[in-house]
Amino acid sequence: MPKIDRKLISKKKDIIVDLKKIIKAENVLDHEDETRPFETDALSAYKQKPMVVIFPENTEEVSKILAYCNQQRIKVVPRGAGTGLSGGALPLADSILLCLGKFNKIIDIDYKNRCVVAQPGVTNLSITQAVQDKGFYYAPDPSSQIACSIGGNVAENSGGVHSLKYGTTTNNLFGVEIVLMDGTISRLGGKTFDSEGYDLLGLVTGSEGLLCVITEVTVKILKKPQTIKAALIGFSSIEDGGRCVSDIIASGIIPSGMEMMDKALIHATDNFVKAGYPRDAESMLIVELDGTKKEVEELIERVNNIAKKNKSSSIKISKNERQRLKFWAGRKAAFPACGDMAPDYYCMDGTIPRRKLAEVLKEIGRLSKKYNLPVANAFHAGDGNLHPLIMYDANEKNSLERTEKFGADILKYCVKVGGVLTGEHGVGVEKRELMCEMFNNNDIQQQIKIKKALDSSSLLNPGKVYPILRKCAEEGRVHVHRGKTKFANIPRF
Amino acid sequence: MSTEEKQNLPTYQDSNSVEYPQNEIEVSNFIKKFYKSNVPIELIGSGSKRKIGKPLQCSKTLSLTKLNGIIEYLPEELYIKVKACTSIQQIEEELKKNKQQLAFEPIDFGYLFNGKSNCGTAAGQVACNISGSRRFKVGSVRDHVLGFRGVNGKGEIIKSGGNVVKNVTGYDLSKLVCGSYGTLIALTEITFKVLPAPEVSKTLIIHDQKIEPATFLLEQAISSSNDISGAAFFPIEPKVPGCVMNIEKTFKLNDLKYGGSLTTIRIEGSKKSINLRIQNLIDELKIVNFNISILDTYQSEIFWNKVKSLEFFSSSKNNILRIVIPPSECVQLVYQLSNKFKYYLDWGGALMWMEAFELSEEMFESIRKKVVKHGGYVTMIKNSDYLPYVEDVFTINRGRFDISQNIKKSFDPKRILNPGKMYTGI
Repeated sequence: MPKIDRKLISKKKDIIVDLKKIIKAENVLDHEDETRPFETDALSAYKQKPMVVIFPENTEEVSKILAYCNQQRIKVVPRGAGTGLSGGALPLADSILLCLGKFNKIIDIDYKNRCVVAQPGVTNLSITQAVQDKGFYYAPDPSSQIACSIGGNVAENSGGVHSLKYGTTTNNLFGVEIVLMDGTISRLGGKTFDSEGYDLLGLVTGSEGLLCVITEVTVKILKKPQTIKAALIGFSSIEDGGRCVSDIIASGIIPSGMEMMDKALIHATDNFVKAGYPRDAESMLIVELDGTKKEVEELIERVNNIAKKNKSSSIKISKNERQRLKFWAGRKAAFPACGDMAPDYYCMDGTIPRRKLAEVLKEIGRLSKKYNLPVANAFHAGDGNLHPLIMYDANEKNSLERTEKFGADILKYCVKVGGVLTGEHGVGVEKRELMCEMFNNNDIQQQIKIKKALDSSSLLNPGKVYPILRKCAEEGRVHVHRGKTKFANIPRF
Repeated sequence: MSTEEKQNLPTYQDSNSVEYPQNEIEVSNFIKKFYKSNVPIELIGSGSKRKIGKPLQCSKTLSLTKLNGIIEYLPEELYIKVKACTSIQQIEEELKKNKQQLAFEPIDFGYLFNGKSNCGTAAGQVACNISGSRRFKVGSVRDHVLGFRGVNGKGEIIKSGGNVVKNVTGYDLSKLVCGSYGTLIALTEITFKVLPAPEVSKTLIIHDQKIEPATFLLEQAISSSNDISGAAFFPIEPKVPGCVMNIEKTFKLNDLKYGGSLTTIRIEGSKKSINLRIQNLIDELKIVNFNISILDTYQSEIFWNKVKSLEFFSSSKNNILRIVIPPSECVQLVYQLSNKFKYYLDWGGALMWMEAFELSEEMFESIRKKVVKHGGYVTMIKNSDYLPYVEDVFTINRGRFDISQNIKKSFDPKRILNPGKMYTGI
């Protein structure tokens, strides 16, 4: 993390007085007992209490606070619901944690333009709930959808199990209202498709709270498909399952969801929710198809044939909506099911080319033995997004360290086979040191320059996304004396 | 035009001033050189969209046409990686072999600018980010770029994104580069997401509707669960002096049974489902007693190709404007523009293409004011002899301009890449 500004912390009392002039006193939390609940997000391995936690109630307050912090050089960490899995909302000791929990209203439901305008603290699921009586829904559905906020979804460009067909947050967004670090309020997009000039909306989506604070979001809503059916397919090997995935895509079918689980996870989840999974299978696929009734029937038949060609050991087609949801219940409970198997688990998130699945799973198996840590794999097979769940016991000495090394090795391997470090959880604190596996110096410098273009003093969510180990080296200013680089053994990129 | 006259044109460039780098390293070396010597450059591909934006007066031109060819195409991974100036035609032909496509329907400005079809290059499509009729369903060009490589204004080679759909590693610079008209980066490589091409396509046409009922029908169709992929309206009114009303000539198709305006809905998918969906639409829209036609696959494809290539305006010598608005606003906007312009609607009313005869800059600005008031934006796509230049081709507000200027500086600190092409000062 960036160096602690002790001088700033010594002025904490004055800062709190100033903050209470900008927002209601009750919305400023500074006692240790009050700030403790905010010391971590869903990546609970990292903890740090912020200097103060604040809950502004409207855009003007956010603007005034950011302008004040910019002037006083105070770091600000924005936070939505705190469900992020990469430590993106991890506070810094000398930071103000800006929570958007009071921005919890849906402002406008506009069926004519097929969009919903919501404050950023509204949960993902409640957008769908607000429009479902008219048969509409909001497509991106991260597993945390009952709790995660729509503003956080924009910041992380969240996906979900249906992103193969319906895209991630960035593909379902019309506009945002943002506040820059200097307090400037700006609107990007609106209720139109695309916008002119640079696609700033596209830039801030997935920027992990480093470029601006989002204070309003306009998302696209879709009409629910007439029919949805799911097929549960078991395979006696990982390779067969992997090939089936590739064959389904190659045949021209884009399922609305295609999930794969390995044996460890089939057992874990089936024990947990009794979803009726094929327990003898080495891998299992859930293939969901939607559309008109006739279309879905036709597609199910084709998927069935492809599965048989790939030596499937069992096939079950959902007979009704209850059974379809049951199929999904296991998959959606994958994380808590792992929590049942080990005291702690660590969820990774790499994306790989689909055809490399068997190879990557084999490597994960090898690493699992090397680090002596069990692992279960959930895989958004349709879009190549892999979630290995490493199980460990935090009370064991060095186990977190070993787990992190294991995780990093998996992600490095994902990049090696042509994939990427993170598919939907974000870089945050967790993966920032791995960025140089994917990007070289020029790439990272360009991104840092963009950060500075919007936040010249790097006060907004500092220490996230970009590597910090190299200190001055990452800013490109290293004094080299007579051709001798200082600390030449430290990796640079 | 004499050579001397040509040389006096503000856009004239000596052919010696065009450089043709052969590869990415050469692009980088050229830009490094120009950066050092403060030489502004115009970036061009095949030139099919070169006339969009403000005319440039650069002493050097960097043609990226030598960077062409497909690098990698993996149908089962749903991506194609190409060098920047690979022609869209070549890409589409290759994809067709595997029954796949660029789902955003690359726009074809060939007819508009030169009288014959020309979709230009991959980089041109990315630079302009203008998509076809399927936009409301599948997204725009920007939603189909998975990653890129390119050279920034300092000559540094940079990359962003990758070959996979789900990727949140670092800022999504692919989005930023889409629609930047070559002002941020000289693209060298692009990875597009590709999708299966629909088995068949049909078009349901409702004849002789006025704009209000027509847009209502389109809205109902998009809001239904019949998964439609095109929703356009071609009016027969107003009859505008100076604009040719050529609806019948443009859409000469055997399956069209009646005359008058065309309210058109495209349905794509598998053979079995498509007829059922059309029947559903006819029932849900309650149009069983209306004059309707149904175009089969062959004619349906011809029809939407004509829509995408703006053939409705193909013989026009007038200014062509592109207006994007919230669909709920389009009827009001058309009324407010007081029937002075030839137009058609796409994207269910969210996109309006407009031809304007004897348009003055004041009139253009007054149109812009109305469009902005309705929550949209307008672009001057094609100039005319009557109005060959407008100061503000694109729409922007102060706040976004300031951010954009900072973004420009972060890529191109000396403003040498297509300076002023989009906005003065960017």
